[in-house]
Formats: sequence, structure tokens, C-alpha cells
Amino acid sequence: MKGSSLVGRAAWAVFITLVVVFYATPLLWVLLTPFNLNASPSIGVPLPPTLANFRLVFAEPYAARSLFWNSPLIATGVTLVVLVSGALAAYALTRGAIPGRGLILYGLILISAVVSGPVAMIPLYVIAADLNLLGSTLGVILILSALLLPPATFLLRDFLTGVPRSCEEAALLAGASPLGVLRDVVAPLIRHGLMVVGVWVFVSAWGEFFVPFILLRAAALYPASIILYSYRDQEGKLWATRISAFGLLYALPVVILYLFVSRRYGFRFFGGYRG
Amino acid sequence: MTLYPDEARVRTWLRPPTSAAMLLPGLLLVLTFLVLPFIWTLVISLTNQQMLGPHAASWSWVGLDNYARLFDPATWLSRGGFGWSLWLTVQFVLCSAVLGQAALGLALAWTLYGQHGVVREAVFSLAIVAWILPDTVVAFAWLAILHPDQGAINVALGALGLGQPDWLYHHAMLALVLFNAWRGAAFSMLLFSAALAGIPPSYLEVATVTGASGWQKFRDLVLPLLQGAIITDLMLVILWTFNTFTPFLLTGGGPSQTTEVLSIYTYHTAFEGSLDFGRGAAISTVVLLVNLLLGLVFLAYVRRHRLHP
Repeated sequence: MKGSSLVGRAAWAVFITLVVVFYATPLLWVLLTPFNLNASPSIGVPLPPTLANFRLVFAEPYAARSLFWNSPLIATGVTLVVLVSGALAAYALTRGAIPGRGLILYGLILISAVVSGPVAMIPLYVIAADLNLLGSTLGVILILSALLLPPATFLLRDFLTGVPRSCEEAALLAGASPLGVLRDVVAPLIRHGLMVVGVWVFVSAWGEFFVPFILLRAAALYPASIILYSYRDQEGKLWATRISAFGLLYALPVVILYLFVSRRYGFRFFGGYRG
Repeated sequence: MTLYPDEARVRTWLRPPTSAAMLLPGLLLVLTFLVLPFIWTLVISLTNQQMLGPHAASWSWVGLDNYARLFDPATWLSRGGFGWSLWLTVQFVLCSAVLGQAALGLALAWTLYGQHGVVREAVFSLAIVAWILPDTVVAFAWLAILHPDQGAINVALGALGLGQPDWLYHHAMLALVLFNAWRGAAFSMLLFSAALAGIPPSYLEVATVTGASGWQKFRDLVLPLLQGAIITDLMLVILWTFNTFTPFLLTGGGPSQTTEVLSIYTYHTAFEGSLDFGRGAAISTVVLLVNLLLGLVFLAYVRRHRLHP
């Protein structure tokens, strides 16, 4: 559409078609295979569609537990820890007289850019062992919270700077405590921001593979990411059946939350960074 | 050290003890699980500590021995050496993050700029779904379409009579590059779309009236105006790709260590085989220093140009 020439428009159409095919192909496999009686690595239209593959998944010993208990527990726990500690920190950093506040902010950005999960796998393992958090869901929740906290704090800080100070002053005159102001006045005013950041944190924790892979050793505690990964060694039809059906169930909450957020708030904050 | 110019204008009413108390839970998490691991990586890299075995509990200091082994000129570039893995990682980052995610994202943002039809919606939705699905789900989707006999790629190539290579055996790195570009281009596309939306439309209209072609507008107008966004995007996608562990889900570093990027190399060194925490930490230290360098350069750029990160 940029060049008005016929060649330019044809080139544009070819480029866009290739991009759509490139993007759609793996997604089609994710979407169609679970309903296909002959599930395989190939992409086939499920005619007629069947739910038999899902029944096979729930016959697996730890599948339901990971999908309906372990993963929700980890993702909800991380979301709560990050929202509470992130909102408190963001509030202190926007309204507090903290010496060296600029330095703290600078340090937070830097440390979260430098220390990712994989690069810190050895000390995280050692520290978790020292704190008796090895093989514990709590350990996974705390470490994931720390990794997601700095970007979440920055996003919440952006929302907080938009809150008019007059509301807080009125509440203070009425005798509210700082924590009371944050909980009863500020939090409702930034609920939109809490919601968007909360969904981002939840989705990130829900999809996390690496941290539970390093810390957890008992199948009863595995989140869905690890259970799905454990199906990789199965052969032939079983491979495609279990992986596709389990994968779709595991992916569904992410897609639903994405649709919810993009309908209500637009998508532009979702990356954790403003454009 | 204020990052933002409006910092001083935000009035502060929380007293220092109250604000310190509010900061405490988050600060404790960050200090325990981000700052301490940073320091601990450097410390462990100077020891012979192991995950299990004789040196698990009773380790000793070994100075710079771990680094000497990593950089040993006789072995470091050979298969399984540190230089080998570093070079693979550089290839992976340049091809999949810079050429794949950033360039593809910019191309998509520009070719779809100003459009509001079903084409734009379709491309954006597909790319975003590819970006937000859990790692393990998309990894298996790619294992399926890369399957040598039944996978969609080889079915298409076979129909065109172009041969059916075993991708994860003969072209494993190429497969990872395609996968990572597919996985992450949405972020760059969204960032560049937002930046393009910030350019006053009159700029481009003037250029159109004066007869500039699409390519000329892109090169002489859009690229300079997007400089800040491009630097921000490159910085983030390079950091993320440099540190990602997701290739492990597709190849596990194989075959024959041809896709053993640094994150997988660290994992194999520390959690498999010799369970060598000391040498694994030395690898991590190099990665941490590269991350630190990238972060510092970027923050200096941000402060100089007063960008909002």
C-alpha cells in the first residue's frame, strides 16, 4: 500500500501472505490437533471432532493436579506477592521522602535487566537450599516474584503518578493512616493499573518453565509446564495426543486473559514496558 | 540520579520511616533473589563447589582456575568449549533477535502503519498469540511442524519437490532462529507501532506531496524519528535472547552440542555430568558482565536523550 506501483503492491501482498502463513501454521497445529482422532505431528482438520484425546490426558496421573492446582497456586501466589509488595514499593517511591530514591530506581532497573532466571540458576539453587526452599512451591513463588517485581513496580509507579494528590490530602485530614490511604483511596483509583499489571504477572508466572524446572523434584508439585515437558519422550500417536490436548488446556487461560485485557483496556501495556 | 525530569515536582509526604517500611518487602525480595545471586555467582565461580559429591559441602577456593579452563586457548573454541558456546549464542542473538525479531517487527509495523483493516488485525492477533502462549506449548507446536515426515514444513517442501531435511538434526540452529523470531517479533512490532503512531501524520504527508517513495520516507524520515524506539527495542530483545533458556525445550542443546547456547551450556555444566557449580558460575559471571555492560550503555543512552524506558 506504500508504493502506488503495481509491483510494490504485489510485493506487499506476497510479504503479508508469507507472514500470515508463517504465524498461523504452528498455531493451527495447537488449535486443531487436540480434536483430531488421528492426532499426529501433521496438521489435519478434525472431521468429525472428538474429545477422546482430553480423556486420555486426564487418565495421566498428575495432569489434572498440575493444571487445576499447582499452576493456579503458583501463578496466583506470585500475582498476590508482586501486586502487594510492588504497590507498596511504588507508593513509597512516588510519595516518600527516601534518601537516594533516584539511586534505588536506577538500581532496580539495572538489576532486573542484568539478573534473569537462567543466568542465576546456580546461586538461586544454592540460596533456595540454604533457606530450605528447595522442592517447595513457596520457593518457586518467591523467586518468580522477585524476578517480576521490578518491571511491575515501574508500571504501577506510572499509574500512581497520575493520581491527583487532593484525594490523598482529604483522607489524611480525615485522620487516615498512610496504609489506609493506599488501601482505601489510592488502590481503587489505580485498579485499572493493578488489573493490567496483575494479568501480566499472572500470565508470566503461568507460562514459567525454568524456575520450577530447577527447584522442584516431585511430580506431585509440578506445574503444567513441567508435566507437559515430561511428555516429550513418548512415541508416535501418544506424543501428539497428550501433548496437543494438554497443551491446549494449559494455553487456554492465557488466551482468555489476553482477550479480556485487550477488550477492556487495549493491549499496549501488556509487554511490561511502555512503547 | 533522578531518571525523570519531573521527579522533583512530585511532592513527598510520607515520612522516611513509613516509606522505608513500605519499601521493605519488595526490597527484601530483590536483595535476596536478585542482588545476592549476582554476588553469589561471582563468589561460587572462585570455588570448586559441586551440586552433589565430594565438593558439595566441603569445597575450597581455587582462585581463577575456572576462568582459566573456560578461556584455555587449546580447547575453548572446540566442541563443548566456552568459546564454541559463546559463538553459537552470538549467532543466535544476531540472527533471531536483531534480524528476526527487531527487523521483522519493524517491517511489519511499517507495512501495516496507518491501516485499520482485517489484514492488520489478523497479523497483530496471530503475532501476539504466538508471543503470549506458554513456552512449552509453542515449543511442542514447533517440534510438530518441524517433524521430518509429517511436519507441515516438510509436507509443503515435499509438495514443491524441494527435499525433506530433518530440521532438528541437520539445521538445528536455523530452526531455533526461525522459532525465536516467530516467538518474539510481536513485542518489537507493538513497540514500533506505538512509536510510529507518535509521529505527526503531517510529516509523512509532506514527504508524500514532495514525491518521496515509500522506501525514501522510511529511510530518511521514519528511521531517524524512531531512533530511540529502535535502540530500546534492540537492547531488550538482545538481552532477552542472550539469556533465554527456551531453545532447551526444542533441542536440549543438540545434536552434538550444535545449539548449546550459553544458558544451556551453564545448565549442562552445573546440573548434569560433572555437576560443576564452580565452572558453571564462571560461565554465568561472563553472561552477567555482558548483561551489565548492555544495561549500563542503555541507561546512559536513556538519560542522555531523556527517553522513557
